[in-house]
Amino acid sequence: MTNLFLLQLLNGMQFGILLFLIAAGLTLVFGIMDFVNLAHGVIYMVGAYLAVTFSQVTGSYGLGLLLTLPATLMVGLVLEILVFRKLYDRPHLDQVLATFGLVMIISEAVEMIWGSAPLSVEIPQFLSGSVPLIGPLRYPVFRLVVIGAGLLTALGLWLVITRTRIGMRLRAGAANRNMIAALGVDIRSLFTIIFAFGAMLAGFAGAMVAPILTVDPGMGESVLILAFVVIVIGGIGSVKGAFAAAILVGLVDTLGRSFGPILLRAIMDPSAASQAGRVLAPMLVYILMAIILALRPAGLFGAKS
Amino acid sequence: MRIIPTRAWAATALFTAFAILPFLADALDDSYLVVIATRIIAYAIAALALDLILGYGGLVSFGHAAYLGIGAYSVAILSRAGITDLGLHLAAAIAGAAIFATITGAISLRTKGIYFIMITLAFAQMGYFFFVSLSAYGGDDGVTLAQRSTLFGQPVLESDRALYYTAFALLLGLYLLAVAITRSRFGRVLTGTRENPVRMRAIGFSPFRYQLTAFVISGCMAAVAGVMLANQTNYVSPAFMDWHRSGELVVMVVFGGVGNLLGAVAGATVALLLEEWLSILTEHWPLLFGVILVMVVLYSRDGLSGLFRRRT
Repeated sequence: MTNLFLLQLLNGMQFGILLFLIAAGLTLVFGIMDFVNLAHGVIYMVGAYLAVTFSQVTGSYGLGLLLTLPATLMVGLVLEILVFRKLYDRPHLDQVLATFGLVMIISEAVEMIWGSAPLSVEIPQFLSGSVPLIGPLRYPVFRLVVIGAGLLTALGLWLVITRTRIGMRLRAGAANRNMIAALGVDIRSLFTIIFAFGAMLAGFAGAMVAPILTVDPGMGESVLILAFVVIVIGGIGSVKGAFAAAILVGLVDTLGRSFGPILLRAIMDPSAASQAGRVLAPMLVYILMAIILALRPAGLFGAKS
Repeated sequence: MRIIPTRAWAATALFTAFAILPFLADALDDSYLVVIATRIIAYAIAALALDLILGYGGLVSFGHAAYLGIGAYSVAILSRAGITDLGLHLAAAIAGAAIFATITGAISLRTKGIYFIMITLAFAQMGYFFFVSLSAYGGDDGVTLAQRSTLFGQPVLESDRALYYTAFALLLGLYLLAVAITRSRFGRVLTGTRENPVRMRAIGFSPFRYQLTAFVISGCMAAVAGVMLANQTNYVSPAFMDWHRSGELVVMVVFGGVGNLLGAVAGATVALLLEEWLSILTEHWPLLFGVILVMVVLYSRDGLSGLFRRRT
């Protein structure tokens, strides 16, 4: 029981880290540009597909991952220049619709290029084993690597935001974008950079999970909506909030699915408990969101309401 | 003042076209036309419902597919229990939608703008996952209906044409109801909360109460669309609540032009006909649909009615 708990705790962490990588780009775009981007999930998906293809071409997952980063950065740049740039001054409704159109275009294009059958990529040899935790319990090395890489990215992001000039502009832009534009900062190119960078983070997340999840055309959507939940809980524009909320959502979702039925068994008979647990577990995250919003409408770390 | 008579004429023309469509289908000997038109009318009801809050209340709900699902599952669940009457199906759908809309609306309306869009989307997704994991009703695969709803104990709706006219009557009734709502005092206050909630509060209205009421009315109307849709397809699955469906509803409203009710009906018609037409051209029709959608958003601000208005 304790072993299972520890195992699921790590799985929850890993899922949370993944959500953070996706939510970080989204929350910056939301917070600074006041822009709704439904197409962020498909960029994550494109990252996973590119990682599969690059790994097959180069014969190495590591190289594939490295090539995916500039490629998704380019995807972000191209989308920003072609579409998003024209939408910053538009109402949210227009942004929602245009990016919804992009979701349709990119999802369909991915199906045309890669087909709708799920793909997978091999975990590199030296990362494919598992390490002992306590007693007989072992955990796959690669999943630990995913957690580590995610934590490093979060740390890097924190350093960039708090310690560099671009991070300073970013924070200033989040507080008052008209003001920093008036002070002579080229806000347009700042937007472009943030956008491309967010796309790269999503692509990185996609590439990281390509070996442990199946890569299929639906993978972007469920994650996109969970990333929304993460941003809403964390507070729009707050990277710190996104990190805390992502871990929270990852843990609640993972632990709820495995321990919900077990906890329910204490108050009802086993078959009813497993039935109710199966129905309730996927809703748990949304219930969490509803509770947090009822108490704090601007999210955990949100400044603006 | 010039626009109102134009709209009355356009409404008369559009609804007359719907009324005579089955005869046209007979003349062309194309019974599939009535099937498509029933689907169009069902979506038109849902788009109308969405336009009521989106156009007049400024509330961009990205989760209206949830109500389609609630309506559709009302039919499935009651039919399984042996209750087949259309009136009871509608009543259950409306009651279910009212409960869901009151709870989720009360939470969502505490927020504004982007938050509201994302939260309505998240709640709809919650409903989606609820029905996906409800294995008693087929889970992901959904459930096939043994028969359509009955009217006064008679299986009259088994005829495609009877179902079509029932849906048409509901659309017409709900359209008139929606027009009446927007012209009433309630509708004016709702529009006021869209334009300036602070001022509305200053002159003594509580925007929250009006917005929540509108949200619930809109949800109930969309649930009616779900009941008709389930009857048309004879099949109910969580796919009714997919977030793509919510997106399509917003697309319909915007295609027709936001905030004039008739535009929603026209937008639903245009969007679904476009979908039918593109799917004949290529199996990768969403790609083309997406391109058209992006172009419309980038280059035509008021949708179809914008084009119409500029020309007259």
